[in-house]
Amino acid sequence: MRIVLILLLTSSMLSYSQDCTFIMSGKVSDLHDGKPLSEALLLVAGTNISAETDSEGKFILKGLCDRSYSIQVAHPSCSTKIFSVKVKGNSTRNFKLEHHLEEFNEITVTGKAFDEKSKTMNNATISRAEIERLSSGNLGDALSKISGVSSLSTGNAILKPLINGLHSSRVVVVNNGVRMQDQEWGAEHAPNIDINVADNITLIKGAGALQYGGDAIGGVIIAESAKAPVKDTIFGKTILSGLSNGQGGTITTRLTKSTKEGLSFAIQGTLKRFGDFETPDYILSNTGLFERNASVQIALNKFNYTLEGYYSLFKNEIGILRASHLGGAQDQVNAISSDVPLIINPFTYDINAPKQDVTHHLARIKASKLFDGFGKLSLQYDFQINKRLEFDIRRGDDRDKASLDLELLTHSLALDLESNLSDKLSLKSGLLGRFQDNTANPNTGVRRLIPDYKRYDIAAYGILDYEINNEFTLEFGGRFDYVHLDAFKFYRTSLWEARNYDELFQDIVVEELENQILTNPKLNYNNASATIGLSYTLNNSYDLLINYSLASRAPNPSELFSEGLHHSASRIEIGDLRFKSEVGHKFALTFKKEKSNFNFNISPFVNYINDFNLIEPTEVQQTIRGNFQVWEYRQTDALLVGFDFDASYDFTNNLGFTHQFSMVKGYDRSTDKPLINMPPVETKNELVYKNEKLKNVRLALQSQYVFRQNEFPNNNFEVFIPQLGSSEIVDVSTPPNAYHLLNFNSSFDLNMSQTSILTIGVGINNILDTDYRSYLNRLRYYADDLGRNFLVSLKLNY
Amino acid sequence: MKKIKLSSLFILSLIVLSACSSDDTPDPVLEEEVITTMTITLSPNGGGTDITLKSQDLDGDGPNAPVLTVSGDLAAGVTYNGSIELLNETENPAEDITEEVEELSDEHQFFYTITGGLDVTTAYTNFDGNSNPLGTEFTLTTGAASSGTLTFTLRHEPKKPNDGSLADADGETDIDATFNIDIN
Repeated sequence: MRIVLILLLTSSMLSYSQDCTFIMSGKVSDLHDGKPLSEALLLVAGTNISAETDSEGKFILKGLCDRSYSIQVAHPSCSTKIFSVKVKGNSTRNFKLEHHLEEFNEITVTGKAFDEKSKTMNNATISRAEIERLSSGNLGDALSKISGVSSLSTGNAILKPLINGLHSSRVVVVNNGVRMQDQEWGAEHAPNIDINVADNITLIKGAGALQYGGDAIGGVIIAESAKAPVKDTIFGKTILSGLSNGQGGTITTRLTKSTKEGLSFAIQGTLKRFGDFETPDYILSNTGLFERNASVQIALNKFNYTLEGYYSLFKNEIGILRASHLGGAQDQVNAISSDVPLIINPFTYDINAPKQDVTHHLARIKASKLFDGFGKLSLQYDFQINKRLEFDIRRGDDRDKASLDLELLTHSLALDLESNLSDKLSLKSGLLGRFQDNTANPNTGVRRLIPDYKRYDIAAYGILDYEINNEFTLEFGGRFDYVHLDAFKFYRTSLWEARNYDELFQDIVVEELENQILTNPKLNYNNASATIGLSYTLNNSYDLLINYSLASRAPNPSELFSEGLHHSASRIEIGDLRFKSEVGHKFALTFKKEKSNFNFNISPFVNYINDFNLIEPTEVQQTIRGNFQVWEYRQTDALLVGFDFDASYDFTNNLGFTHQFSMVKGYDRSTDKPLINMPPVETKNELVYKNEKLKNVRLALQSQYVFRQNEFPNNNFEVFIPQLGSSEIVDVSTPPNAYHLLNFNSSFDLNMSQTSILTIGVGINNILDTDYRSYLNRLRYYADDLGRNFLVSLKLNY
Repeated sequence: MKKIKLSSLFILSLIVLSACSSDDTPDPVLEEEVITTMTITLSPNGGGTDITLKSQDLDGDGPNAPVLTVSGDLAAGVTYNGSIELLNETENPAEDITEEVEELSDEHQFFYTITGGLDVTTAYTNFDGNSNPLGTEFTLTTGAASSGTLTFTLRHEPKKPNDGSLADADGETDIDATFNIDIN
């Protein structure tokens, strides 16, 4: 604090005595929702002029001279900012403060605070209130509230966010400033993050956030914990929720202690337990889940430096629909042609094979320091262990042994600098080094799906932000990533020869065994990514954002090394060592109006992806276990085009209506065929009544209509069934019909004491108990989706 | 100055991190429950040459199809005692999976499917603890001279008891092999 004051004092010494009678008036408001901020304190550096905003956020500063000043604007719930202002006569000036992302009470150097997100791309944020309503759900449930986001799911508990049609390795998830390394390449690997650790979740529909990676062709999801205030306090929150479907619930609690010296400590935990879920007509056997999470956060938050430590543990055991575990194509014919799952057992909380058991440890240490005239420098080290066990139905002694046992270890070290080059120009730059070590346990008795490998990443980025004037802001960014992969992979000799690898990759052979070949592929990728964008604000209420982003993604281990039967998909999957990096070019436009009775946001986009990696069926292979469809990865050029539309209208202060509509079309440009798993057109409409004066009551009725996906590739195939003496078509392509769901939720507050509030919530999902199947659910062949679900929740803030 | 210090610290840590790695080659996985080979031995009741039907798929779910061999034609009007042997030949010596299947008889069942006018009938001769068929042993009785296919299917965790058809039994297919048979 003292250093900054001295700095401010010295800068004021440069002033000369002049006519100092000018007045500056204006308003302080929240950057995000434009709400006025009362009790914000404005201090003019080098003078004793100060002011506090009134209930409408207005202030008046008197006695200013005709020169430049630094004005510090502080508010208890926002990060403090220092604005450079040039005074010429009496003037008006509005200031905006924001709840800054990424860390506790972020120190920001100037008014043009560097946005952690992108200023020229469409961002959407899920608020704490929304997250609390979804306490018993997961990240995918929360994100699907945003237009243009759906979930690629495996049953109802494993949800991968699908952003404008893209998922898995194309979506980067950032948890408290740490890029998650949780084997995200797998379509049936859900993000290993407890939604209850997040205070807010921001989604960027594109590769704009270059500080987190240059490979987010689909988008970036940033989840952040709450910031602790700099004052002596202790507070907590506990949410208890119960659901009828699955006959389970969630308890989550968070306790924060902080001091006015800037020291804070927060501890959080979640326990989630469900038994078998059900559709309107039957039980989905073996779909229970048991999730246990905890996190600890310690921070020292001083004016010119911060130190932070964070650790979180995520552990989840998820049952996978028993009826989805199949042998070959014949079993598939039976399972698909049956209207109900072939295995339905009585309800149970037991979770048996097939199941997943995932543990994720995440730890980070971060130190930031503010250097005068230089900027803010941060050094972060993070460490992650991701352990994934997958259990199949097995025989005898192997019954309780995992079929897949992978451990991914990640160390990352990042150095970031935020600096202000001038009044209008700010730069964020950084370096990153990362080391990963993946170990596949050989004792599973099943050939490794993903081989042992070591991966090294080195990256550098810079993002320049130029505020031309109050209306225009330009943003440029560039990033370079070097990736080196060193793997030990066993190939089946028959495949090695069938694919001609024995001639192409003779030099990587380490050892030839009886029917396997051990190889040591060493792969290098040099990836460039960039973003350029412009934002234009019209009349202070309309915003136009234009952005182009270039993203490059190195192929993931599954695309490179897959080779064998993937049980949960009942197909043989084959990757290719020769794959190049995938390169996306996304052009996005956003036109929006905010902060009024009628708001809207329309965001069309075009995404050209070169060397897009897709997996498609190529043939049917005979094995002693019967016939299996072979799916091979292939690179092609893809085109994704679509738009998201959001609108909201407040009839009165209490009654509002929101509308969402999103559409995306994806094509393979070399074959002109539609891409698989593109989200169908979807529209959501919601009517919300809320009244803060009446126990803060909130009633919401939501309608969700999902159209049938009419554009899909035909991947059906024929298989000979000896019992029938004929060939049957295995229909793995035809999308299910359109469906409509109605949901209701409500809540109201009860004041328990001066410092504690109890919020009671009641809701019903799928009110009409509609039978439906979702095109994006990988288990749609075997069973319907969830039926009606009653929810009750109790939240206590204390 | 500090910047230099910090960046050198950064580079140093990178070196340290990379130095942790060692270059031990991983061990190959021993595939324990894979069935590579099914041999069906048909011994004529009252003596004569055994007929063997064999399906062998040494690369498992690799690209090579299983190799099917039938040692000879069946004789008309004969009852054969059949027995099925399952092996995992990826291990050396080969592991006998039949024992495992017989131990867990209540979780398994063989099904015999006859198509294309082949004039034979089959009957189970071994059973699980609940007296439901297992079928690693069976009898096969030939009728008149004819030809067609005979399919052997091993189901893991089928519905038991079932009506004898694959459609009713469900479960997961562990083995599926179809042989062309001639009866002279």
